[in-house]
Amino acid sequence: MNAIHYLRCFAGITTREWLRFLNQRGRFFSALVRPLVWLAIFATGFHFVLGVSIIPPYETYIPYSVYIAPGLIAMILLFNGMLISLSMVYDREMGSMRILMVSPLPRWFLLTAKLLAGCVLSVIQAYAFLVIALLWDIAPPWYGYITVLPALVLSALMMGALGLLLSSAIRQLENFASVMNFVIFPMFFASSALYPLWHVKEASLLLYYVCQANPFTHAVELIRFALYAQLEPVSAVVLVAATAIFLTLAVYGYDPAKGLMQRRTAD
Amino acid sequence: MTIDPALCIEDLGHRFGQRRVLNDVSFSVASGDFTVLLGLNGAGKTTLFSLATRLYVQREGVIRIFGMDIRERASECLRRIGVVFQQPTLDLDLTVEQNLFYHASLHGLSHREAAERGAAEIERVGLSSQRRDKVRQLSGGQRRRVEIARCLLHRPRLLLLDEPTVGLDIASRQFMLDHVQRLCREENIAALWATHLIDEVGEGARVVVLHKGEVRAAGEAAQLLGQTRTPSMRAAFETLVQEREAA
Repeated sequence: MNAIHYLRCFAGITTREWLRFLNQRGRFFSALVRPLVWLAIFATGFHFVLGVSIIPPYETYIPYSVYIAPGLIAMILLFNGMLISLSMVYDREMGSMRILMVSPLPRWFLLTAKLLAGCVLSVIQAYAFLVIALLWDIAPPWYGYITVLPALVLSALMMGALGLLLSSAIRQLENFASVMNFVIFPMFFASSALYPLWHVKEASLLLYYVCQANPFTHAVELIRFALYAQLEPVSAVVLVAATAIFLTLAVYGYDPAKGLMQRRTAD
Repeated sequence: MTIDPALCIEDLGHRFGQRRVLNDVSFSVASGDFTVLLGLNGAGKTTLFSLATRLYVQREGVIRIFGMDIRERASECLRRIGVVFQQPTLDLDLTVEQNLFYHASLHGLSHREAAERGAAEIERVGLSSQRRDKVRQLSGGQRRRVEIARCLLHRPRLLLLDEPTVGLDIASRQFMLDHVQRLCREENIAALWATHLIDEVGEGARVVVLHKGEVRAAGEAAQLLGQTRTPSMRAAFETLVQEREAA
């Protein structure tokens, strides 16, 4: 197997993800509607409740809707990451996972290809949200749309890798509801997506530390700064480390010699 | 010079926790052989297939594909294997062609190779006019035919078919059997055909009887009839399965 075989395999996995995405147009709209509902209702409702002082990267007072926009973009990436997980669990239940797993290419590559394919779809949806968000006057500088790309990719990779890791541990599709309760909601709410961390620190020091340890917070902050062409180095490092850890553990989980495959498929 | 068998299994064992599902399983399948792995549900057939395709890792015994240990040279082994799993594995929302392209890409084939081979294989199973249909629209028998066509795309030399005819009508079952036997005969492909349906054992077929994780007998169908002194394969199977239990 040489590089061209790897490339063809990657193209095949990406094409399949793309075809499935096109077959499920509702998935695209629901991925956009969710954050737009937050933007249209939650942000409007809380406009006068939550005051946001001048904090970097913003140079002036900003409306609450502008503050939560990066969090909502990260929410899109988070849900897509969990969709990668859902799609893996679905593939396992439907049997098509076996076809992937008996490919002669190494499993780390197959899983990484799956992750990258999902990442492309996530980033496209994030940009679609940014375009629609212009209706709410959420308009970063024009170059922000370019500089945010690496932040979106890195954040999407981190959340996709987390999704892969979860899929290696979830036994049945029915168990997926737990992901909602124990992963998505805690990650989203215990982060800087909805409120600045200095607000959180004033209210609860423990929650502040939890938010700091949450990689989702760092995805939000990386995106927030990147929209204004600024780099948040700590967040970038945390995301790279989290992606590497989650992906390594996922590959371990899918390794028939070491991971959870044997026990799970023992039936 | 000796020719390595397509599949050689030696002293294979496997357990799930405390439950032993395979015990000292040994047999081989030569190139061009059509071998039936005959056993009731729960005999260990699917576990054996999962070990031979590296979905599970075997810790006891050895599995060799054309002389290569699957633990040491998994990639080279998997390139030579075509699999039809017991559980359907097609993506129902993709078309027949899209499923074939996906499989071809997983084996590193180019789009052109996939298109050419896919068209030829799909024609051989008589589904050319359905190649642009979504798999969801196909009948169970047609889906199985697509799976056979798909598993041949990368030109494997060993076919592993786990209960490929379960749930199919008589005509579809016969088509599958004839097609795989023809591949063995005309293209020298080795096939291991797992089934619990005794009537799928043809007169000249090689048979491995697997029961409760152990090989009870292996040889040509006629040999097994002689060995058990029974007039039919069904009677021979029942004798072999009951022999040790009675003992």
